[in-house]
Amino acid sequence: MSLFFIVALPFLGALLPGVMNAAGRSSCAGVTFTVSLSAFVGLLTNLPAILRGEVVKARIAWMPELGLDATFMLDGLGFFFAFLILGIGLLIIAYGRHYLSRDDNMGEFFTYLLLFQGAMVGIVLSDNILLLLVFWELTSLSSFLLIGYWKHLPEGRQGARMALTVTGMGGLAMIGGMLILGQIVGSYDLSVILQNRDLIQADPLYLPALILILLGCFTKSAQFPFHFWLPHAMAAPTPVSAYLHSATMVKAGIFLMARMWPALAGTTEWFVIVTSAGLITMVIGAVIALFKHDLKALLAFSTVSQLGLITMLLGTGTAFGAMAAMFHILNHATFKAALFMSAGIVDHEAHTRDIRRLGGLRHLMPVTFTIATIGALSIAGIPFLNGFLSKEMMLEEMTRTVMFDSPLLVPVLATIGSLFSAAYCFRFVGHTFLGPVRDDYPSKPHDPNPGMWMPPAILAVLVVVIGTAPFLAEPFVKLVTASVLGIEAEVPKSYIKIWHGLVPALYLSVIALLGGLVLMLIFNPLLRLWDAMPRPEAKTIFDAIVAASVSAARALTFTLHNGSFTRYAMIGAIAILAAGYHAWITGSVGTPTRAVQAAGPVPIAGWAMLVAASLGLVLLHRNRFLSLIFIGIVGLMVSIGFVYLSAPDLAMTQFTVEVVTIILLLLALNFLPNRTPVESTTLRRVRDASVAVASGLATFALAYHYLLRDAVGTPISEFHLANSYKGGGGTNVVNVILVDFRGFDTYGEIIVLGIAALLIFALTETLLRGPVRARLLNRVPDQPRAGDMHPMMMVVVTRVLMPVVLMVGFYIFLRGHNEPGGGFIAGLIVSIAVVMQYMASGFSWATARLRYPYHGIIGAGVLIAGFTGIGSWFVAKPFLTSDFTYVRIPPFEKFELATAALFDLGVFLAVVGAVMLSLESFSRLARRASSQDSEHPMDIDPSREEGALAPDGTKPEAG
Amino acid sequence: MELLVASAIGVMTAAGMYLVLRLRTFPVILGMSLLTYAVNVFLFASGRLTIGAPPILRDGVTTYTDPLPQALVLTAIVISFGMTAVVVMIGLGAYLGSDDDHVDDAPVPRTSEPEDPA
Repeated sequence: MSLFFIVALPFLGALLPGVMNAAGRSSCAGVTFTVSLSAFVGLLTNLPAILRGEVVKARIAWMPELGLDATFMLDGLGFFFAFLILGIGLLIIAYGRHYLSRDDNMGEFFTYLLLFQGAMVGIVLSDNILLLLVFWELTSLSSFLLIGYWKHLPEGRQGARMALTVTGMGGLAMIGGMLILGQIVGSYDLSVILQNRDLIQADPLYLPALILILLGCFTKSAQFPFHFWLPHAMAAPTPVSAYLHSATMVKAGIFLMARMWPALAGTTEWFVIVTSAGLITMVIGAVIALFKHDLKALLAFSTVSQLGLITMLLGTGTAFGAMAAMFHILNHATFKAALFMSAGIVDHEAHTRDIRRLGGLRHLMPVTFTIATIGALSIAGIPFLNGFLSKEMMLEEMTRTVMFDSPLLVPVLATIGSLFSAAYCFRFVGHTFLGPVRDDYPSKPHDPNPGMWMPPAILAVLVVVIGTAPFLAEPFVKLVTASVLGIEAEVPKSYIKIWHGLVPALYLSVIALLGGLVLMLIFNPLLRLWDAMPRPEAKTIFDAIVAASVSAARALTFTLHNGSFTRYAMIGAIAILAAGYHAWITGSVGTPTRAVQAAGPVPIAGWAMLVAASLGLVLLHRNRFLSLIFIGIVGLMVSIGFVYLSAPDLAMTQFTVEVVTIILLLLALNFLPNRTPVESTTLRRVRDASVAVASGLATFALAYHYLLRDAVGTPISEFHLANSYKGGGGTNVVNVILVDFRGFDTYGEIIVLGIAALLIFALTETLLRGPVRARLLNRVPDQPRAGDMHPMMMVVVTRVLMPVVLMVGFYIFLRGHNEPGGGFIAGLIVSIAVVMQYMASGFSWATARLRYPYHGIIGAGVLIAGFTGIGSWFVAKPFLTSDFTYVRIPPFEKFELATAALFDLGVFLAVVGAVMLSLESFSRLARRASSQDSEHPMDIDPSREEGALAPDGTKPEAG
Repeated sequence: MELLVASAIGVMTAAGMYLVLRLRTFPVILGMSLLTYAVNVFLFASGRLTIGAPPILRDGVTTYTDPLPQALVLTAIVISFGMTAVVVMIGLGAYLGSDDDHVDDAPVPRTSEPEDPA
C-alpha cells in the first residue's frame, strides 16, 4: 500500500468513530479497529521490500518554494516504529473498548486516538524534516486532547496543560534546530541530510542545532530535567498511558535521535549531552519509582528511567549501543504496555491504584497476576525474559564506556539504576499481588473479561518468546540497526544470546538483582528516610514558573494596554518614529536624480489653502461644525491636487467620497455635542504637539526625499501601461488595473466595504434594541428644529436633478474602461443622487419608495463580481481572467464588450449598497429620535389639500 | 512642486496626529481622516509627480504617469470611507450608550483576576 495511504488512513478514519457513536460502543471500537488494521496491513505489504533492504519512498511536491514536500520514506527503522505504533494501537483499541465506562464518550476518545496514531505514523515515515515537524506538533496537540480526556478531573486538565507546555516548547526549540540543519545542508530532505554528516558536524552552527533538536527530543521523551510532565500525564485513562506514555509518543524523541544518528552522533558533544542526560534520567527515575505508591506513577517513573537507559545507549555513539537501544525499544514496548494495561485492570477492578491498599491479589486475579509478573520480572532483568537480554547488552556497553576519564563512573551508575529498577519491579509485584488477601479493597477484585486481559496477555507471550528464543528477533533488530547506522557493514556481528559466558555484564546483572532484593527487605526504613528527605517538587517549580510568566505578561500588557486610546496612538507613533530614525541613520542616502518641477501661482494658492485649513482645523477644532468646513476644504484641495497631478480618477473619487463623508459626519453631529470642551493641560498639549510635529517632519522628509529620486527598481507599471489596451482592452490604465490586472484585490475590497456597511447596520440594530432606544425617544434636540423640514425648493431641485445625476453616473460607469470613471466613482455619484432624496423629503418618504434592500444590493454586487470571476473557469482560465471583444450595431459606433464591465458592475452595486446602507443606518437613529417625520414629500405642498391626505392610508405614487 | 506636496503631507500628518491624540471621539475621527488624506497622498506620490500626463492611453503619446499607485489609492479612498463610517458609528453608539464621548477608558484597576482553578 502506498505510504500516503498508511499515513492518511488514521486521519481519515478519525472522522468515523464520532459518527459511529450512536451505533453503540462495540461498533465504535470496531470501526476504529478496522481503520487501524487496514493501515497495519498496508504497512505489512511493504515488509518484503524492507526485508530485501530497499527503502520505499513516496513523494508529492507540496510547497517546493519552502522546501516543504509531502515526502515519505519507509526503511527498517521507520517500519519498526510504525509496526509498534499500529500493532500496539490495535491491542490498545481492543483494551479501551472494555476499559471505558458507559459514561465516557467513546467516539471522542477513539477520534483523538486515531488522530494521534496518524500523527505518530507521520513522524516515523516522513522524509522531509518540515513535514516531520508538522506531525511532531500534531502529536503534542492530540496527546493534549487524550491526556485531558476526562475533562471533569482537574489533574487531567493540569496534566494535559503541563504536557502541552513542555513538549510544545521542546517542539519550538526543535523547529529552530531543524531549520538550522536545513540551512547547513541546503535541503530539508531527511535522506539528503543524513548523507551529509561531515558537512553538518564541521559547521559552526552544529552545536546550536544539536542542542535545539535534543531539547525537542528530551522534552518529548521525558529526559531529565524535563521528566516531570510524564507522571502528571498519568491522569489520562489507562489505555492512553499504555499507548502514548509507554509504547509510542515518548519514544518519538528516541526515534528522532535514532533517525538523526548518522548525521549528528559520534561527536564529543553528542556523547556528553545525550549519555549524561540518559544516565541521570535512568538513575533518578528508578529511585523515585521505588517510592511511588500509585501504580501508574510507579510505572511512569519506571518509563522515565527506561527511556533514560535507551537515550544513554544512543549517546554512546557506537554501533553496539545503537543495536542494544533498538532491541530495548522493542522489549520495553512489549513489557511496559502490558504492565500499564495490568495496572489499569487492577484499577478497574479494585477501584484503587494505591499500592498501600492492595496486596494478595494473586489469588483473586490469577491471570492479571501472571501477566504483570512476567512484565515486571522482565524489567528487573530475570533470564528467559526479553528485558534480561537487552539489559545485559546495555551493561556490556556501559563497561566499555569511559566518561570524564573515569572507566568506573558509567558502569557503577548504570548498575545502581538497574538495582533500583529491580527493586521497584519486586515491589510492584510483591505489594500488589503477593501477601495475604485483604478484606478492605474498595471493590471486590476479580479477573476481567478476556477482552481486557487478552491484549496484555499477547504482549506477555511476546516477552517470553523473545526472552527464550532471541534468535527470532535478532534478524529484525539487526535490520533496524542497519537503517539507524545508515551503513550495513557497521552492524555488530555479535549474536543476541542468553548465555555469553562469565562476562562482566553478567556479574553486574547479578549484583543488580541481589541488590534489588536487599532493597526490598529494608524497604520500610528506606521509605521513612525518603519521606523525611527534602526534595524539590517539580510541579511546584513548574507552577511557579508559569505564574511568574503570567504575571510578567500581565504587567507588560496592562502597562501598554490600559484602555487608553491616546496611549496606544502615542506608543504607535513614537515606535514608528524610532524605527524610521533608526533606518535613516543606518541607511545610506543617494543623490537626487530628479529635477525639482517649478510650481506656478495656482498650485501655491491651493497649497496655502490646504495648509491654512489644516492649521485652522487644529486651532478651532473645538467648534465641531467649523471643523467640518475646514476638513471639507482640505479634501477639496487634495482632489484638485489629484487633478493637477494627472490623476483624474482619484480626483473624482476623492471628491465624491468627500461629499458622503461630510453628510455622514453631519448625521453624527446631530447627536454628538457640538463643541469639544477644554480638558487637557497645556503641558499635555505641548507634548502632543511635539509628537505631532515630529511625525509631520518625518513624513515630510521621507516624502521629499523620495520625490527627488527615481525608484530603485523598475516599476511594474511599465507592464500595465504596455498591456492595458492589448490585454485588457481599455485605455484608462487605472481602471484596467482595478478590474483586470488586480481584480482579485478589488474583489476583496468590495467585500470589505460590504462587511463594513453590514457592521454599521448591525451596530444600529443593537443600539436601537438596547437602552439607547429609550434615551433616543426621550431626547430633546439641542438645536432649534427647522420650521420647514422638507423645503419645497430643495424637493423640486433634487427631483429634477435625480435623472440627470443618474445619467451622469451611468455615463461615468460606461466610459470608465477608456476614460476617467468606473464602477467606484459611478457608485458614489449614484449614492449621492439617492441621498439627496433622503435629505429633501425625509427618511420615511424615501424608505417607502425603496424597492430593493441595500443588503441585497451589496450581495448582488459581490455575487456578480464573483460569478464574473468564476466564469473564466469555464474556459479553463484562472479566476477573474477577463476577455473582451468589439461589436458594431448600426447605426452606432463600434464599441467594446468586456467581461471586465460586468465585474465593474459588481463593484458599482457593492459601492452603492455599502454607502447607502451606512448612511441609512445613521438616519434611522435620527428618525428614532424625532418622530415628526411625515410620509409626504414636502411640508407645504400646493397640490395637496389639507385634511384630504390619503385617508385610506395609501401611499402616494413614487415620484 | 515636490516641496509643496511633501510639505502638505507633513502638515496634514502633523495636524492629524495632534487631533488623534485629543480626548474626545469627534476630533480623533477628524484626525484620522486627516491622516488618511496624508497617507493617500503619500502613497500616490510614490509614483512621483507628473503634470499633465494622465494614464489614459492616447495615440502618439508616450509619457504617462505611474498608474499603479493611483489604482491602489483609489480603492484606499473608498475603503477609508467605510472605515470612517464604522468608527463614527462606534463612537456614536458609545456616546449614546453612556453619555460620554471620551476615547480613553477609566484606568483599569490593577487587580489580578482569580486563577483558573484547573
